[in-house]
Amino acid sequence: MSLLLNPWPWWLAGPLIGLSVGLLLVFGGRPLGVSSSFRHLCTLAFPKSRLPYLAHNNVREHAWTLLFVLGIALGAFIAVRFLSVKPVEFLPAHYHSVSGALKLLAGGFLIGFGTRWARGCTSGHAIMGLANLQKPSLYAVLSFFAGGLVAAGVAIVLHGGLS
Amino acid sequence: MRLLRSLRYVAVGAFFGLVLTKAEVVTWHKIRSMFFFQEPDLFLIIGSAVVTGGLLVWLVKRLRPRTPFGEPVVVPDKPMHKGVFYGGFLFGVGWFITGTCPGPIYAQLGGGEFFAVFTLIGAVAGVYAFAAVKPRLPD
Repeated sequence: MSLLLNPWPWWLAGPLIGLSVGLLLVFGGRPLGVSSSFRHLCTLAFPKSRLPYLAHNNVREHAWTLLFVLGIALGAFIAVRFLSVKPVEFLPAHYHSVSGALKLLAGGFLIGFGTRWARGCTSGHAIMGLANLQKPSLYAVLSFFAGGLVAAGVAIVLHGGLS
Repeated sequence: MRLLRSLRYVAVGAFFGLVLTKAEVVTWHKIRSMFFFQEPDLFLIIGSAVVTGGLLVWLVKRLRPRTPFGEPVVVPDKPMHKGVFYGGFLFGVGWFITGTCPGPIYAQLGGGEFFAVFTLIGAVAGVYAFAAVKPRLPD
């Protein structure tokens, strides 16, 4: 039981994440993906937009994505509320500030813009795409890491450290 | 029946979200530790998830099951296009800055990290900007 209440080791968590791919395929008939939900939320937020990418988007048809991300939030709630002895520190304390909020807005912007341009994120490309041996997903994942590592390099130069 | 058809996505999503949270891949700290090569966890988690998921995808393609509601199970190919490079890079930068990727944004919100609202608003704004400039971007 204490194994379950503590953070899960990689050899338990990794295969269970892989299992999610199978569960979603077999029970839902859908390939794993999360970032398309941003497009649907954007269409819902700007229902009158004439931009083709938003207007020509049938949210009803993709409603499962929004149900799926609602589930993610619910699962996290259960994990935090009932399956943890220590509180989970999602963001560090110094992000709970005006500058932190601005960082999250800017980074979030890049996440939305980038994942829609790449047509997938860590879920759709790194897990689902690689599991399905998709070459475009391999390039996508390499690009994710290229972007992250360049940003890491810039952070080290700017802050002289790893914060 | 209709309700069950919808609830199954919430249920699988809850499983996914629970595992992501317990793996702590939803934390800023874990993502930074990966990008600074301070701990191998995230590489091992993604690696073992891909191997397990790959095995299941292979099985699904061989056995061609149907869902409990009789729908065919499709495993679509990802098309090759330039956006995987450009967009992928931009996402990587955002992933580093926020210490969060798309799934974990929702996990953070559900887990009570309300500052993730800013990440989500940013992401939706990013999609809007992408929609606006898409015709002028390489595909």
